[in-house]
Amino acid sequence: MMNRMKIGTALVTALFLAVALAACKKQSGDNASNDSGTGIGPVSSVQIAAGIDEGMAKKGADLFEAKCSACHKWEEKVVGPALQGVTTRRKPEWIMNMILNPVEMTQKDPTAQKLLEEHLTQMTFQNVTQEEARMILEHFRKKDGAK
Amino acid sequence: MKRLQIISSVFFALVAFVACGKAGTAGLASDAAERVYVKPGDKDEIYMFASGGFSGQVGVNGIPSGRLIRVIPVFSQWPETGYGYDETTKNMLMTSHGFVPWDDSHHPQLSVTEGKQDGRWLFINGNNTPRIARIDLKSFETVEIIELPNSAGNHPSSFLTENSEYALAGTRFSIPIPNVPMAWEQFQKEMKAGMSFVSIDKTTGKMSIDFQVLLPGISYDLGRCGKGPSHDWCFISSYNTEQAYKMLEVNASKKDKDFVMAINWKKAKACVDQGKARMFPGAYRHNYREENQEAVSESLNGTKMLDPKDCPGMVFYMPTPKSPHGSDVDPTGEYIVAGGKLATVIPVHSFSKMLKAIEDKAFSGEFFGIPVLKYEATLAGEVQKPCLGPLHTEFDGKGYAYTSCFVSSEAVKWKLGTWEVVQHLPAYYSIGHLSIVGGDTRDPFGKYLVLLNKITKDRYLQTGMELVQSAQLYDISGSNAELLLDFPTHGEPHYAQMIPASALKKQTKILRLEDNKNPRATKKESDARVVNEGGAVHVYMTMIRSHFKPDVVEAAAGQTVYFHLTNLEQDFDVPHGFAVFGSNAPNVLVMPGETRTIKYEAKDRGIFPFYCTDFCSALHQEMQQYIRVQ
Repeated sequence: MMNRMKIGTALVTALFLAVALAACKKQSGDNASNDSGTGIGPVSSVQIAAGIDEGMAKKGADLFEAKCSACHKWEEKVVGPALQGVTTRRKPEWIMNMILNPVEMTQKDPTAQKLLEEHLTQMTFQNVTQEEARMILEHFRKKDGAK
Repeated sequence: MKRLQIISSVFFALVAFVACGKAGTAGLASDAAERVYVKPGDKDEIYMFASGGFSGQVGVNGIPSGRLIRVIPVFSQWPETGYGYDETTKNMLMTSHGFVPWDDSHHPQLSVTEGKQDGRWLFINGNNTPRIARIDLKSFETVEIIELPNSAGNHPSSFLTENSEYALAGTRFSIPIPNVPMAWEQFQKEMKAGMSFVSIDKTTGKMSIDFQVLLPGISYDLGRCGKGPSHDWCFISSYNTEQAYKMLEVNASKKDKDFVMAINWKKAKACVDQGKARMFPGAYRHNYREENQEAVSESLNGTKMLDPKDCPGMVFYMPTPKSPHGSDVDPTGEYIVAGGKLATVIPVHSFSKMLKAIEDKAFSGEFFGIPVLKYEATLAGEVQKPCLGPLHTEFDGKGYAYTSCFVSSEAVKWKLGTWEVVQHLPAYYSIGHLSIVGGDTRDPFGKYLVLLNKITKDRYLQTGMELVQSAQLYDISGSNAELLLDFPTHGEPHYAQMIPASALKKQTKILRLEDNKNPRATKKESDARVVNEGGAVHVYMTMIRSHFKPDVVEAAAGQTVYFHLTNLEQDFDVPHGFAVFGSNAPNVLVMPGETRTIKYEAKDRGIFPFYCTDFCSALHQEMQQYIRVQ
């Protein structure tokens, strides 16, 4: 988990980058060509077993309701984007990194940068552990009908 | 303009008058700008906590820049955050006289362990309705206020013992105790001063009035508790030993000497523990706020009152010229420096000589049964002709003392032991207190000295008939002090204390929602709801960028509506504000993860907006909804 100082520094950097981003769109296009699609953050690979771990998905659903649902609905955009189909649009690593490391993601990850440009509200880290982020991912997989 | 020039000339002449000895006068450092410049993105090295004087609050400045970085509401309502108005915090300002939304705050003191700053709490007195407040330095919020019965003017307050065991609080105004009206002549004979010994819990900081001491009725003024060898004692200055009750400017200045009172708190405590105190009536309130909870105001009555005649050896008076103001103890705990306000010297008492004088019974008399020690018997030395109107003293930890002088508008630097003045530091103008970083502790950090002035005159652009009080920052790290900066302060900071920023690193950034124990909290949007309880409407509302839940609120005309607001953000520095059309209360700011309750009387029928008042996001302007009153 990032310590608070880093988040503070990251925020300042984010502000500068937001300005820089607006000033040079081409650069963000260049970044996109190197994009592996896993995002930036503590998660480099996720083990996905066949089928759904129902226990994990249930815990993920509870966490989602408590910590995410004020901004994200399944079928419509609220503060952030609608999440339906997210597990087919994004790699699981990207989803977990976005949950765990949203500030750096919106500065450096081309997909997250575009999402900030569209939705204009910085997603915040909601004090979840990596294990909890994995549960939320499982909840998303279940909702998206993963087999 | 001419008048201003004349005023300035008079001040300079006064400074010049006292500066004509061999001690030089401090000037502006040639590279002052560089030394106070905190470049964008950098932070100040020191926090300064300045009393807000007649504003009743505490100002927080960064040093060396002098920038005002926070106002902490303490004794006065503060519409900026809703403090003292909303249901959650209004109990903090309850007193035995009812709701008192203001006070006159004077003397902040940072908590100490072994005589050194520990960065846990800040205590400050309320003068007019005698109270002591405690500010938690994790949250920079006022978390506790205790009222002091049997006191009429809590000026000599709050002086901490060496491990913050007690905060001592005396009274500037003596009164009959218990307080009943009587003939003026009789009043003069019966006036008394209750001195409170407020114990401080080692772990939680929570205050309670352990006991009081019933002292002769004079005006107690300022003080410090001892350290090291003088650990068990506190030293409080006094004036008006004439016991005048009218025209004090003449009638209280007749005697050549008043007193510094030495009181042994350990001995007082022992006497109380031996059952020598009696219960006295006295109504008071004790208000406190546990983290994120509604403030509680307890109504209490009665204190244990100790009469000095029942505890011999507890209190002595040291004659001190003349109407002394400050009474400050040096880092070694040996010297007690009195600011002889109307005297031509700065008298310094010796703690070890005082102990010997007590042992030898070197008394010159008694005052209402309390032994008065001989002046010469306790005197360590006098700083001769230092300045005009010496008031307060702080220490740099390198053997020097700095004393503020109101009349000659300066601070003087002098050497402990030789009592020799080495430098004059001009103040602009009419200085009251001064402050060195850790300058009242066993271990001063030194480096910076701030002069806190009463009159500003020509220092800033004119703003009507009054200017804010000015302060000057001096660098005292070298052999000669150098002036660095002039900066504005607010209210009238009587005193300020400073602490290195590195000592206050453990501050709260958010309240984790899991830790929000407020019974009115709504921790997820799906729990947001409107409930009718006993005719009142309770709205359990969440706030997050950039909306409120529930979407709409309904009430009937004439109903009281309570908005219980929970900020669901878990991100540092993202409060949401809340204001509703036609409300008789100001807005309330809700910190990330916290819950606050605001009351709204739905008087008129119609559809009325409420909105977020603290710019929170790109869609902040859209954070607006409605209440329908039918």
